[in-house]
Amino acid sequence: MSRTDTVVRGETAEEVASASEVMTYRDALRLALREELQRDEHVFIMGEEVGVFEGAYKVTAGLLEEFGAERVRDTPISEEGFVGAGVGAAMLGERPVVEIMTINFLLVAMDQVVNHAAKIGAMFGGEVRCPLVIRTPNGAGNQLTAQHSQSFEGWFAGTPGLKVLAPASPADAKGLLKSAIRDDDPVLVVENLAIYKERGAVPLDPEFLTPIGLANVARTGSDITLVAHSFATVRALHVAEALARDHGVDAEVVDLRSLRPLDVDTVAASVAKTNRAVCIEEGWPTYGVTAELAARIQKTCFDDLDAPVERVGMAEVPLPYAKELETAALPRADRIEAAVLATLGLRG
Amino acid sequence: MAISTAELRELYEQMLLIRVFETAAEREYKAARIGGYCHLSSGQEAATVGATYALDAEDLLITGYRCHGFALARGVPPEAVMAELFGRSDGCAHGRGGSMHLLDVAVGYYGGWGIVAGQLPIATGLALALVRQGRQQCVLCELGDGAVNMGAWHESLNLAAVWRLPVVFLVMNNEYGMGTSVERASAVTDLHRRAGAFGLPAERVDGDDLIAVIEAASTLLAGARNDRQAAVLELVTYRYRGHSVADPGLAYRTNEEIAKHVKHDPLNRVRALLSEVGVGDDELDALSLEAEERVAASIAVSLASPAPPVSELARGMYAPGSAAQFARMLAGAPFGERELVFAGGLGE
Repeated sequence: MSRTDTVVRGETAEEVASASEVMTYRDALRLALREELQRDEHVFIMGEEVGVFEGAYKVTAGLLEEFGAERVRDTPISEEGFVGAGVGAAMLGERPVVEIMTINFLLVAMDQVVNHAAKIGAMFGGEVRCPLVIRTPNGAGNQLTAQHSQSFEGWFAGTPGLKVLAPASPADAKGLLKSAIRDDDPVLVVENLAIYKERGAVPLDPEFLTPIGLANVARTGSDITLVAHSFATVRALHVAEALARDHGVDAEVVDLRSLRPLDVDTVAASVAKTNRAVCIEEGWPTYGVTAELAARIQKTCFDDLDAPVERVGMAEVPLPYAKELETAALPRADRIEAAVLATLGLRG
Repeated sequence: MAISTAELRELYEQMLLIRVFETAAEREYKAARIGGYCHLSSGQEAATVGATYALDAEDLLITGYRCHGFALARGVPPEAVMAELFGRSDGCAHGRGGSMHLLDVAVGYYGGWGIVAGQLPIATGLALALVRQGRQQCVLCELGDGAVNMGAWHESLNLAAVWRLPVVFLVMNNEYGMGTSVERASAVTDLHRRAGAFGLPAERVDGDDLIAVIEAASTLLAGARNDRQAAVLELVTYRYRGHSVADPGLAYRTNEEIAKHVKHDPLNRVRALLSEVGVGDDELDALSLEAEERVAASIAVSLASPAPPVSELARGMYAPGSAAQFARMLAGAPFGERELVFAGGLGE
């Protein structure tokens, strides 16, 4: 983390424990990895370019030097092989943190994630566990085109046996990754290409953990609920400010943080208050995270709703290269804002 | 290799147990007390028992789905295997796994796995964990001849070679992957030669010759255990029955072909060895009777064992303590989830 960052440090033990530092999401992930590598010798990292190259997105920068090649292990380009190696190592009590360069490459290891890791606890009657962490970024927006611009977390979140986390803030990037590493089940931590540079205050306490299965009301409001996760939460928060400024709309933003388990209670409490909901995701909405949210909201908040639940996501096409086309396909602020205004009956 | 008469007698008992067990399993399957897929290994007893015998007590075993024989040879009690086939509470996976997903970590058996070659990457991870934990043990990973054409085979052999992992890949070449012969499936039918692509030592042995199997397996396992030298052992054998009980096994081979193999039955070969060293027919016949009695007892246990209670439907799926993480996911859950899953032992 940069030395010029704001540092909040106190004198008393209580103040030290509550100290925080402003850093990027990327640095917060690295802090989580470093703390857990220091805390537990069973924790080790493996993935393509995590060591000498310092990570394709530099999340693991410096860790090879600090912890050595046995604990920060470069792999061949062999996702099915090394994800499976993570599964096997976890079955013997290791705590592998496997980095997949982007979620698009996780598809070639799908068999190990969905048909092996996710099955172990139930299929063997609870006789063996698989405390594996896979972390990987999703997302679009850099003209990476069809094969590298996707968000598949909904597929994994629909798989019993897995846990799926999707931090939106630097603090939760640290807190959720640490919770994932300490969890005894296979956990997929979904990051995002656009979110790595986001900045925020991150607690420095090495025991700071974000609970799994607990959403966060990232902005309180009274007129409408925006439900999102990962980078879509960042988008939603920006839109909420613009709505307040330009339209006098007071939006509440619920950041899911955890997709499986999913904190429906927090979403429902918010919708019960605002009576309207727009669900936002980076991926394709059809059969997506927002589809699940809409189903849950209609069931739990049937009498509270003053308008149908709306969804905003990536346009349902393989992402094109041309900047204008790509931009049009993303769940941009103007599309989210239009959805909110329509749901409020203020437009369209 | 010097094998005492007592050891040979013990191995013969194991082979008899497997043969009688598989015969009984087919009968019980046809009586509809066993369901699902049921892959029998009759004819492969020398390969199964010999390779397993070459393991040290602390070594680990992982297999594909034709796994009844391996479980029995490794010392999983026959009643725990049979009860698993019956889907009963006293099964080794508490009725969650069935025929393909036996395991018993107490004897170092990390499972029967149902996706061809899916267990290979996991085997490399078990071996990696052994290295990380400084344990001078090794992993025996069983697969079928069909698995060598999967990508996971190549990825796993490569990882085992570049990371020097203590794992021996045991190819049970029974001449057919389901109904497709090795000749029709593999460009190189001497399957062990493929290890050369990764610079790994390999041997091809008559899998129906118990002593030859033990000698080859012992050498390669010692290399893995002592020198972290991964290897491939190809055992050429034959399965008498179809791919599974549902397959008569005659669409792709003839009765004459099967009869030719039965004439050189591996059990008869070991019986002849025992006769040569003076074990009398009466004693050998008594061993057959004992195997029949052990299998009959396993069926009696299975018949008496209760069905796993529906109140434990979600047993083992998530680690203890996970129930609290899922507590906020109850709202709006699909019909019946509350009763079946949340009340069914999820994460307790």
